[in-house]
Amino acid sequence: MTLKRVPDPRFLTAALAALIWLALLSPARSQGLEVDINKGQIDPLPIAITAFVGTSQDSAQAGADIAGVIANNLGRSGYFRPLPPESFIEQISNFDQEPRFGDWRQIQAKALVTGQAMMEGGRLKAQFILWDVGSQQKLAGFEFATSPSNWRRLAHLISDKIYETMTGVPGYFDTRIVFVSESGPKDKRIKKLAIMDQDGFNVRTLTDGRQLVLTPRFSPNSLEITYMDFGTGAPRVYLYNIETKQREIVGEFPNMSFSPRFSPDGQRVIMSMQEGGAANIFVMDLRSRRMQQLTNSDAINTAPSYSPDGSQIAFEVGGDNSQQIYVMNADGSNPRRISSGSGRYATPVWSPDGKYIAFTKQGGGRFAIGVMNPDGNGERILTEGFHNEGPTWAPNSRVIMFFRDEPGESGGPRLYSVDVSGYNEQLVKTPSFASDPAWSPLLN
Amino acid sequence: MLRMSAGFKALALCFCFLALAACSKKSTPDLEAENGLGRAAVAGSEQQFKTEVGDTVFYLVDQSTLTPEGQETLRRQAAWLRQYSHVMIQVEGHADERGTREYNISLSARRATTTRNFLIAQGIEASRISTIAYGKERPAALCDAEQCWSQNRRTVTVITSGAKTS
Repeated sequence: MTLKRVPDPRFLTAALAALIWLALLSPARSQGLEVDINKGQIDPLPIAITAFVGTSQDSAQAGADIAGVIANNLGRSGYFRPLPPESFIEQISNFDQEPRFGDWRQIQAKALVTGQAMMEGGRLKAQFILWDVGSQQKLAGFEFATSPSNWRRLAHLISDKIYETMTGVPGYFDTRIVFVSESGPKDKRIKKLAIMDQDGFNVRTLTDGRQLVLTPRFSPNSLEITYMDFGTGAPRVYLYNIETKQREIVGEFPNMSFSPRFSPDGQRVIMSMQEGGAANIFVMDLRSRRMQQLTNSDAINTAPSYSPDGSQIAFEVGGDNSQQIYVMNADGSNPRRISSGSGRYATPVWSPDGKYIAFTKQGGGRFAIGVMNPDGNGERILTEGFHNEGPTWAPNSRVIMFFRDEPGESGGPRLYSVDVSGYNEQLVKTPSFASDPAWSPLLN
Repeated sequence: MLRMSAGFKALALCFCFLALAACSKKSTPDLEAENGLGRAAVAGSEQQFKTEVGDTVFYLVDQSTLTPEGQETLRRQAAWLRQYSHVMIQVEGHADERGTREYNISLSARRATTTRNFLIAQGIEASRISTIAYGKERPAALCDAEQCWSQNRRTVTVITSGAKTS
């Protein structure tokens, strides 16, 4: 069986056509209105996001909803403070008219978003302008269109443009999260693969819960998921195609395979294979189905994660009261330990920009999420408590999502996000308990 | 008072039943004993294996070597399995919740391997013993304290076929 490595055409039709409508990006930052996201604790930028003006009743509702999603996205990022619509003095009713900047200055808005939504040939089109209230300049303006049911994506794409314009860093709102949705009592948990938008909306379960599933991760084109599935008693690594809903085992191995992750080019899956008491790391080429063994020891070698350029692999080595993060070359050569603090280090995940490795750290009966440089220096703990585990990076390397388990018989895991600075921890609402999140790359 | 006496009656009935069971025990093999339900388990049954032999072996934190108690339980398991040679088993490996997911999957596989290898060394054919590793996914005890975690670091020997029905 061969795997298609090209995007499914059905997915492309759902993709959005983005046009650069006004190319007025750079002057803004030279004029001083910008958000510095490298300062650590930040002073969020007051921004007014007005309901997009609708040219019909349908599009008016969509316009208001789009503004709400944008405000939620930007507010949750921690870098913006969306002003409450009740405080607005000017009500924007004509998108083509310049705003009354005095009205916006009066409510302390530093930036202003105006927009327009319309139905055109069965598609929903949204245009927006990001204004610098102080200089009365247009900072950005774009137009996006999609099918009306996909309206939230328009809002996410616009949020990304605003975020990028103001921070100079690409956004991360037009993304999805794959995770494990949990229900039932703690000793008989039902676990289903689920997928949702990064803001917790559009949740969809992909498996029916009859099989135990763990550790899903996206392919680089976001069309496939690799995960561990217990099947009917032989736990193995599987692939799941989101569009075709097809499930496929990755290699018929005699032993348990687990902890899979895609290579950055999407051509390979790296994973652990158990043999007796040892777990070693293997990589499978998805086209040739050839398997290459990368570690060979009696230890527990698991949780492999590629560097974004594919040249190196971070993984954990454990057993006998020790668990540490190692980095090796992609061919398995030159393994060296990078974690050096006290405690146990697990689940290394390389940031998309290559600058950090996020990890779970265990010590003193507590579980923390932290980051370190790929050489092991610069360790920083972002959040710490009873049980935090399994970091995953937003595509812009600024935000980490993880799960936090609660003590107690009726307790369960929930998803949280935190800025890489350690500030702005946020609960990601899910309909049920949730664990093992993995962030997709940008969808567009 | 009326209620109380009704309770006493029930207790008395129960006691009679237990006494009967104790009588019938004399004619059964040594391995069989009362199982606490007021009835002796059928020899060679899954129930007997669980209640009289012991299906669970406990492990120390992050360890996959057997304790003396664990070895004792496994010797009893091996003796029973030698007696009922058609029984096929699966050793389930488990870890407590105080570890990361992937690591615990592998740690529980190590424990299942240890248990399996011990049974093989005791003369049980390897082909009768499969293993599965559940990591921290199926805790047996649910409090968030060592008294529960210690019960979750375990292997459970589950009969998959060949047992007598009770």
